Amino acid sequence: MSLNRPDLKIIQEWVNPNDRVLDLGCGNGELLSYLQQHKQVHGYGLEIDPAKITTCVSRGVNVIEQNLDDGLSNFKDQSYDLVVMTQALQALRRPDLMLEEMLRVGKECIVTFPNFAYWRCRFYLALKGEMPVSKSLPHTWYDTPNIHLSTFRDFEQLCKDRQFRILDRAVGNSEHETHWATRIWPNLFGELAIYRVTR
Amino acid sequence: MPTAIPEDSVGIVEPQIARFDTPLELACGRTLDSYELIYETYGTLNAERSNAVLICHALSGTHHAAGYHSMDDRKPGWWDAYIGPGKCIDTHKFFVVCLNNLGGCNGSTGPTSINPETGTTYGPDFPVMTVPDWVESQRRLSDYLQIDVWAAIIGGSLGGMQALQWSIHHPERMRNTAVIAAAPRLTAQNIAFNEVARQAIMSDPEFHNGRYAEHNTLPRQGLRLARMVGHITYLSEDSMGSKFGRDLRTDKINYGYDVEFQVESYLRYQGDMFSGSFDANTYLLMTKALDYYDPSAEFNGKLSDAVARARSHFLVISFSTDWRFSPARSEEIVNALTEAGKNVCYACIESPHGHDAFLIPNERYEAIFSAFMNRVADQTAGGVS
Repeated sequence: MSLNRPDLKIIQEWVNPNDRVLDLGCGNGELLSYLQQHKQVHGYGLEIDPAKITTCVSRGVNVIEQNLDDGLSNFKDQSYDLVVMTQALQALRRPDLMLEEMLRVGKECIVTFPNFAYWRCRFYLALKGEMPVSKSLPHTWYDTPNIHLSTFRDFEQLCKDRQFRILDRAVGNSEHETHWATRIWPNLFGELAIYRVTR
Repeated sequence: MPTAIPEDSVGIVEPQIARFDTPLELACGRTLDSYELIYETYGTLNAERSNAVLICHALSGTHHAAGYHSMDDRKPGWWDAYIGPGKCIDTHKFFVVCLNNLGGCNGSTGPTSINPETGTTYGPDFPVMTVPDWVESQRRLSDYLQIDVWAAIIGGSLGGMQALQWSIHHPERMRNTAVIAAAPRLTAQNIAFNEVARQAIMSDPEFHNGRYAEHNTLPRQGLRLARMVGHITYLSEDSMGSKFGRDLRTDKINYGYDVEFQVESYLRYQGDMFSGSFDANTYLLMTKALDYYDPSAEFNGKLSDAVARARSHFLVISFSTDWRFSPARSEEIVNALTEAGKNVCYACIESPHGHDAFLIPNERYEAIFSAFMNRVADQTAGGVS
């Protein structure tokens, strides 16, 4: 099997074999299933969508029904090598507190989120005067689950304030753009922000 | 009565009896020298004997989990919604075994059986059973049936406790465990409800210290009350509300103490049905087994240490309106399993039916239960592990 989502392809390269992994908002279990087979990780996914939970059970991914907004108090300090959260940070009530929790439970964490400073978003807002709707941000402003949109620069500022160390940064684009500009100006040309962070 | 057996039913089934003459040492310090277990099986055991599934029953359950004993039966077995051809526990794939626990009153040796030492019924002299005692008796039934490794051991409520205990005590003899609407141990509130039930039985003048059989009578009233109290805890406030509301049996209030509200009538009916068919000493014994169960007790209260020996894949399921064993109780089990690094999936199913939800058809419950059982079947067939 292979990974379809571009952010997952990048993330899997940062995972060490035999890691203990917690995947927050694990969806259909695509990442964990891949990591179990290719990196022999032992992991759990947290998810609240009933159909996705059933899919995880079907593919043999350990899945636990748990609302991320309720926190991670049932997991012990530093009990995982890696805590992953892909494209869910922006949908949480308090992304900052979740990052604190992720780094309490895990030695490292990986987060991905849509970059709101992506040039298409800027263009959309600047020219149309409307909240951007795109492939990575498909919702309208009134029904979007994405209540805390941010940018590469915003995230790095948060890490600085909270003294999180950024170990890796990558840029994901839905159209697989590998333009040199995305590396130099990720905040402008990166559609998806991918970070590996520790304390 | 079924006019015709439904296609997804296991059909007409016949209980079997296994006799054991090796003394069974019990947690209470006493020994049962010989005993019988009544059980039913559905589906076919494969040549490798690898597709067997054990069903453990709850407080008032029996060995009759699926199908019909005769065309005159009013209802099928207690878990017929989930056991049968094409159902979650698919009898096309699995050989399903369900027994009546020791101390029961449906055919396995229990308080209503004859005590070989006295020649009369055991009555209150039947030893108090514990969940580990039951698991040991079930382990012997496995040997008797020549099932070395169960594909899965499954139970709801008190049955879930037995499944959990199996996974801790005989990890090498099972591959999967499903613990449904259960708890790792009772709370003070749970024990309190059980005590009210026991007091109702024991304060019935016909109880005669449990020797009612010798007096040719039954503590019907006490058992009826016990069941009424128990039944309230099996339903949710919402399900009672939507089923009965404040509906009256007649069109006006009578300012008296006869049955007036529909819910009173329902509870009395449930109590009457139960007290006519269940043994009071068995009820006392079963509630005690519930009260005593605590696998973490030997591990300084650490459930994660208790489950450390387990090897199976777990499915833990709770129900949103269950307040007898609330979702938080299932989550205690899940947290212990994740802390111990065990393979576990957990879902809290939306249902209005309270604790009873584990017996009732529910689309999401069926979907996840089937997904889990399909994995079990794939392993059994030598596929993915």
